[in-house]
Amino acid sequence: MTLLLLLLPFAMALVAALLPSNRWRPWVPPLTAAIHFPLTLAAVFGEPMESHAAWIGLDPVGKPILLLISTLFLVTSFYLTGYLKYHPRRENRVFVACLLCTLGSMTLVAWSRHLGIMWIAIETTALCTAPLIYFNKTPQSIEATWKYLLVGFVGIALALLGSFCLAYSSLHAGLHPSLVFSDLLRDAPQLSKPWLHVAFVLMLVGYGTKMGLAPMHTWKPDAYGAAPGAVGTLLAGGVTSCAFLCILRIYHICCAAGETAFVAPMLVFMGLFSMAVAGIFMVGQQDYKRMLAYSSVEHMGILVLGLGIGAPALFGTLLHVFNNGLTKGVLFLSAANIHRSYGSTSTGVVRGALRRLPVSAGLFLAGFLAITGSPPFGPFISEFSILNAGFGSGHFVASGLFLVFLLVIFIGMGSTVMLMLQGKVPEDAPQTIYREGFLTVVPPLLLLGVVVMLGVWIPDSLSTLLHNAVDFLEVQP
Amino acid sequence: MFNIFIHLVLLLVMPPLLLGVINKTKALFAGRKGPPVLQLYFDLIKLARKGVVISQTTTWIFVGAPVITLVGIVMAGFLVPLGPFHAPVAFTGDLILFAYLLAIGRFFTTAAALDTGSAFEGMGAAREVTFACLSEPALFFALLVLAKMSGSLVLSDLLHAPLAVGSQGAAASLVLVAIGMFILLLAENSRIPVDDPNTHLELTMIHEVMVLDHSGPLLGLILYGASIKLFVLSAVLLHILFPFQSGSVPLDWGLFIVEMLVVAVGVGVVESVMARLQMRHVPYLLVAAILFCAFGFVLLVR
Amino acid sequence: MNPLLNALLVVVLALNLFVLGTSRIVTVIKVVSLQGVLLGIIPLLIEDHVGWSAVFASVGTIMLKGLVIPFMLMRAMRDVQIKREMEPLIGFLPSMLLGALATGFALLFAQALPLASEHTTPLIVPASLSTIFVGFILLTTRVKAITQIMGYLVLENGIYIFGMLLLGVIPLVVEFGVLLDLFVAIFVICIMVNHINQAFSSLDTRHLAALKE
Repeated sequence: MTLLLLLLPFAMALVAALLPSNRWRPWVPPLTAAIHFPLTLAAVFGEPMESHAAWIGLDPVGKPILLLISTLFLVTSFYLTGYLKYHPRRENRVFVACLLCTLGSMTLVAWSRHLGIMWIAIETTALCTAPLIYFNKTPQSIEATWKYLLVGFVGIALALLGSFCLAYSSLHAGLHPSLVFSDLLRDAPQLSKPWLHVAFVLMLVGYGTKMGLAPMHTWKPDAYGAAPGAVGTLLAGGVTSCAFLCILRIYHICCAAGETAFVAPMLVFMGLFSMAVAGIFMVGQQDYKRMLAYSSVEHMGILVLGLGIGAPALFGTLLHVFNNGLTKGVLFLSAANIHRSYGSTSTGVVRGALRRLPVSAGLFLAGFLAITGSPPFGPFISEFSILNAGFGSGHFVASGLFLVFLLVIFIGMGSTVMLMLQGKVPEDAPQTIYREGFLTVVPPLLLLGVVVMLGVWIPDSLSTLLHNAVDFLEVQP
Repeated sequence: MFNIFIHLVLLLVMPPLLLGVINKTKALFAGRKGPPVLQLYFDLIKLARKGVVISQTTTWIFVGAPVITLVGIVMAGFLVPLGPFHAPVAFTGDLILFAYLLAIGRFFTTAAALDTGSAFEGMGAAREVTFACLSEPALFFALLVLAKMSGSLVLSDLLHAPLAVGSQGAAASLVLVAIGMFILLLAENSRIPVDDPNTHLELTMIHEVMVLDHSGPLLGLILYGASIKLFVLSAVLLHILFPFQSGSVPLDWGLFIVEMLVVAVGVGVVESVMARLQMRHVPYLLVAAILFCAFGFVLLVR
Repeated sequence: MNPLLNALLVVVLALNLFVLGTSRIVTVIKVVSLQGVLLGIIPLLIEDHVGWSAVFASVGTIMLKGLVIPFMLMRAMRDVQIKREMEPLIGFLPSMLLGALATGFALLFAQALPLASEHTTPLIVPASLSTIFVGFILLTTRVKAITQIMGYLVLENGIYIFGMLLLGVIPLVVEFGVLLDLFVAIFVICIMVNHINQAFSSLDTRHLAALKE
């Protein structure tokens, strides 16, 4: 089943690439997702599988990430068929094939237990998503793709150097060097400390670039602004979560090595800095897609901050990975609908969206409230849990700043969102063929449903899953 | 005694041959027949029989410079060991004398150029000293590396250091110094890519422009001195490039002559495949030479 | 440890400086491919007995870094018809000096690093650090898209040199995965270069400045 789950997306990508019909090809991703999702459920909630290979295997931390990826892809793939219907003329062979490869490589990230394989998988996501960002083929999208590629590649290259340093730390300590995660975890206390520190910093910077932590976030607003909305969902919810998983891995090794005191301040600083940068750029933001990108920077900051606070905040952090991913789905998909209806991403043009697109605009409003941490949505629970842990463990300054930044971001984001949604539709607003349809409205609606549910009631199975992950992370060898 | 005699003969007789080989190589690359290998000897004899025209604005410097330059470079040649043999003159610190003998030649050549009062020759002099500022540090770094390697300040011991040390641990430094010294060889002897010995364009000339006013035997002395300079610097480079020794005296001399000709062919090949650098890019090359030699030093003392 | 190894690494360092000092992009591509070939030889020198994995790594690297990638870049160059990097943000001489400074710094820094005893004599770590620095200098100070790619390649070469410390530790699958990713990355980038040229009639990345706050 492991093999099926890993190979299915790539096989389907091949099918999509060979399928001659531009009209039927968009249905390949939903079909893939329809197989991928149940398999994922079986892998995540089913009997724990005895993995024979040390390199590939699903451990408790990989499980929630895999679940999130599969869920997001399921919803997005249905949305995308609706999206591609509006571009019937445009050749979508590369787009669909790359979309499926992205799913495959993200799945591989969640399954990999070898830091080299993990690196390859992350680099592959970067390669596969580049054509997705470039789908519109405008000068802006060229520029965005170029920056995405160059900044991303350099970041990932540093992460590779970090992985090498990690292997060297065991070589230097006189152990048998290895990049297999379980070996590193077992040997963690004996690893050479200076090299471990170097490895951590390089991997934080490297995978942090992929995650979009400030100050390595510069590609993010451009890429998210230029990419189709559904791709934004996969980037902001899926790829960033995968990169976060990579950071979790090195964090786990550092903690097992007893270096929590070294890594925690850096993580807290990176988290708060990302939130601050996001807050500054979100106030008075004229472009709502870029605003969402900065919101993603902010939430990546929150995740890293949660890690920095440490053990008490781990549950909230992992829950927040879920909440952020799903809420970003709601926001990006509804924003994409608004974009298509107005043909612009500027708040100068988009006014009175609630009148023109009641459902999409309503979803956007709900998504905004959710992502800024208002009850009764899921992010409220997870952010509150992180904050609680922060105050509980004595991180008063960090937690105080966290609250201040949340407030600034709420106000900054709120002013832009209200400007878009309220008021009258301007006379000269462009008319487009887009009307709200089943396939473009129901997927975000479903996601919103899940987000609300997570805010009110967390299913036992999910809660167990997350608790298992937390226990796994806290294990001291 | 025999070795010293050979040293003197080679130093005084062989240099024009090197230029002949370089020119022949270039001609072959260009698909021409080219002048005979011994052409420079014929030129020198011809120039020696000619009369001299001396400008009325010049002083004794103009006449003295070619002689002093030639004497300086021949003396420098006495200090440099050829092949595995010892130099006729050797004492502690002679590497400084070596560098200054090269410098005094340069000083008098540029002084003579300025002495003519021609703006054209003054320009050449300015270029010569500008580039010298960059090539001399490179030379010193290169000598420093060898001095460090051998632990001696005598040119004869110092240049034999690669022979003694071999490739054990010092290979990296030697590679760097060899690259640096080769660039230096090209620059000091006004070869392509730094200077073109055949050109007479005012935009590009360096060495050629300084000696435009010299004629007859004086010009002959200058050409002869320049070829000896090529010989001496190539001899220095050989120690780094081919640190081999056969043990038998005649074989070693033969080997030395062959190596020398190989270097001349190498220079000819470089001149054939490369274009002349733009004047403003020449310092890059020389800075690179300094960097190579300096890194050789850093690697050694690290 | 083979005495040739250090000599080889020194040539790699010399090529770094050469790349920084030259304006002709074709020369840069040739030099970087030569560097790739030299890097491919390292696996054969590093161990006393040459194993199969070293041979595979060597052949793969030489093929890819020495032949395939330069070939793709040359084609991209031919399609976009540019020859030179005209206006780097930092001139050629200063960037060469900067590179030299970085190399010196790398030599000193590598001495301060806690290295396993068998890794202190060879220049692997300083060469790797210096090559990475040079890659960064190229990436940040050059404005033509294609020279920036060369910067990325040089950076990647630097990391490759560091990986030589771990030869035999990293499984061949991973090694080839990394090389394959590099290949696809360059492939994608070459396509992008072509599109940039079509859309902006230039490869000057300073034209790519529409998206900003």
